[in-house]
Amino acid sequence: MALPPYADPLERVWHRTYQVICALVFIFLIAPILIVIPLSFNVEPYFSFTEKMVRLDPTGYSLRWYDTLLTFGMQAPDVPREGAWYSDMWANATWVQAAKNSLIIGFWATIFATVLGTLAALGLSRPEMPYRRAIMAILISPMIVPIIIIATGMFFFYSNPCGIIGIECGRLTSTYLGVILAHTILGIPFVIITVTATLAGFDQSLIRAAQSLGANPRTVFFKVVMPLILPGVVSGALFAFVTSFDEVVAVLFIAGPEQQTIPRQMWNGIREQISPAILAVATILVVISIALLTTVELLRRRSDRLRGVTGR
Amino acid sequence: MADVALLTTSDGRPLAQALVQAQARARRRAFFLVLPLLLFVIFSFILPIGQMLHRSVYNDGFSASAPELGAWFAQNPASTPPDEAAFAALAADLANMQANRLAGEAGTRINYVIPETRSLFTRTARDAKNLTPPYQAALLAVDPKWGDPALWQAMRAASSAYTLDFYLVSADFQRTADGSIERVDENRQIYIALFVKTFILSAIITVLCLLIAFPVAHLLATLPMAKANLLMILVLLPFWTSLLVRTTSWMALLQGEGVINDLLVWIGAIAEDGRLRMINNQTGTIIVMTHILLPFMILPLYSVMKVIPPSYARAARSLGATSWTTFRRIYLPQTLPGVAAGSLLVFILAVGYYITPALVGGADGQLISNLIDFHMDRSNWSMAAALSAMLLVGVLILYWLYDRLVGIDRLKLG
Repeated sequence: MALPPYADPLERVWHRTYQVICALVFIFLIAPILIVIPLSFNVEPYFSFTEKMVRLDPTGYSLRWYDTLLTFGMQAPDVPREGAWYSDMWANATWVQAAKNSLIIGFWATIFATVLGTLAALGLSRPEMPYRRAIMAILISPMIVPIIIIATGMFFFYSNPCGIIGIECGRLTSTYLGVILAHTILGIPFVIITVTATLAGFDQSLIRAAQSLGANPRTVFFKVVMPLILPGVVSGALFAFVTSFDEVVAVLFIAGPEQQTIPRQMWNGIREQISPAILAVATILVVISIALLTTVELLRRRSDRLRGVTGR
Repeated sequence: MADVALLTTSDGRPLAQALVQAQARARRRAFFLVLPLLLFVIFSFILPIGQMLHRSVYNDGFSASAPELGAWFAQNPASTPPDEAAFAALAADLANMQANRLAGEAGTRINYVIPETRSLFTRTARDAKNLTPPYQAALLAVDPKWGDPALWQAMRAASSAYTLDFYLVSADFQRTADGSIERVDENRQIYIALFVKTFILSAIITVLCLLIAFPVAHLLATLPMAKANLLMILVLLPFWTSLLVRTTSWMALLQGEGVINDLLVWIGAIAEDGRLRMINNQTGTIIVMTHILLPFMILPLYSVMKVIPPSYARAARSLGATSWTTFRRIYLPQTLPGVAAGSLLVFILAVGYYITPALVGGADGQLISNLIDFHMDRSNWSMAAALSAMLLVGVLILYWLYDRLVGIDRLKLG
């Protein structure tokens, strides 16, 4: 923001102060996230910078925590790193298992949330939609209701899902399906919000134009609507994925030992014995989130361009 | 005009009727698109929560294992002192509890209302089958507590599975011997105190977020777009970064041996033995939650500030207002919708927070969610449900307010 030419000296001083305050806030926002990256390369088991690290001495840095991460839980971590070692790691390393689980659960939760959420957003964006406000409030509520209440509710319900009609039909706790369904619920508000936001700028006359040119509803959807809302759908899907990828409370309550995810494993690590290996995981996750954020930003700009919106 | 026929469609139907039908069809179509998700949310989200909340008024821990006593309570009005028949029923039920290993559960149910009664049940039940008539004397010999009118009052209340006891306990009330309801001693009022603390901490966090977010949102809204987009990424990155990652890095920063303390010692601001305690207490909860919730304040503020025309401020200045007056009288009132949206959202999210207080809150930085988890851990399901219900009501009121003031469809994420 440029200072107007008529500003008096006091205003100039205030303007400088204001800029410094903003800079400090940005540091407050970003520094805690970036600080884990150098700390994760610490050769010592400390959570602070050692003297060697400050002097940028290469012997102060190492990959030992990444190594710990990879070998933790392996049956024979000390054999030479050849075929057997790699298959051992793939099959047994705790964090590799957690990563696999996170990806499986995140993938299916994202698919379910995106398909159901996009359909619903299409309906909600129609001007004819009855009870729009109430239904919207219900569908967004998983984002608002405290997670501990959601998790305890699901814990009881999933222990005996048919109990409500008085029969036994197995359980959803300690199953992949249970965790996936819970994460689907948590991801839905994000899909609804991003897709309805995209549809808010959608020109409904495009649909009528396509219909008047003889397109059937299917063609209209796939050739006209879908390409225009795709950026919103993809960023909604990414939000849903990140929500699942970062979720720990529902996993704590619903998952069994087979469904331990990365956040669940981190939770263990932080609560029991915190070691810099956690910082190594954190660094990997920060890199992933930077990649995801970049994708979403690019998509958003593309979406704005497609819709002819200039500026933010 | 009478000879003008009713307007009709090409196939001869009256136009008004055709329009009504077409509109109904359009409404149905829109509704059917939403229906699958709505059903899914109702069945795997609303129903489970409702079922869980049902536990806050329903607990058959005592009533299911004490049928004889239940029958005696049903026959005798509330003011009847327990007679020999009542003690006989109690002895029979205790023996039955021991046989089915239910004494602990039944004792736990009474324990909610009268502390330290669980062991009384388990202890007495162990030898219940050896009790001989007269039962009143026999039971009083085991423990004189069995003659306590308050205990009988509690058992009478618990002999029905439906109860409001858990709400009483959650609001720091207890039953007295004559069945009336009174506040518990001041130093035992933990639940209301924790609710109050949760709301106060959330309010502090909301105010901190607002103070920190306001200048930044203003900067982002007034900078040229290219620069603003770049800085926006700095706001969105924390938003996209895992909650556990952010909490972990704050632990590394705030620890006694952490980065901030090391830095302060190094520049000589504090002594080596005067390291600040910034984690595992309320300070930790406040700092970390402020950081985590900050984007939820910046984004709504920004989207409101972005559309405030700068010409109003210029007009005010040209009419002689000082920059402070311009800010206070012209700019600030126009940002209020954003302030309301951001503050409500941050407050709602803060009140239900669980992970961060659990990890960095220590003993005094815990919020109500953590207490719910505490009761879940100990299988005190009805207590957890009652506390959940109270928290949920608070959150839903705020959510309703948010919808009224801001509108849910105006919620934006980046």
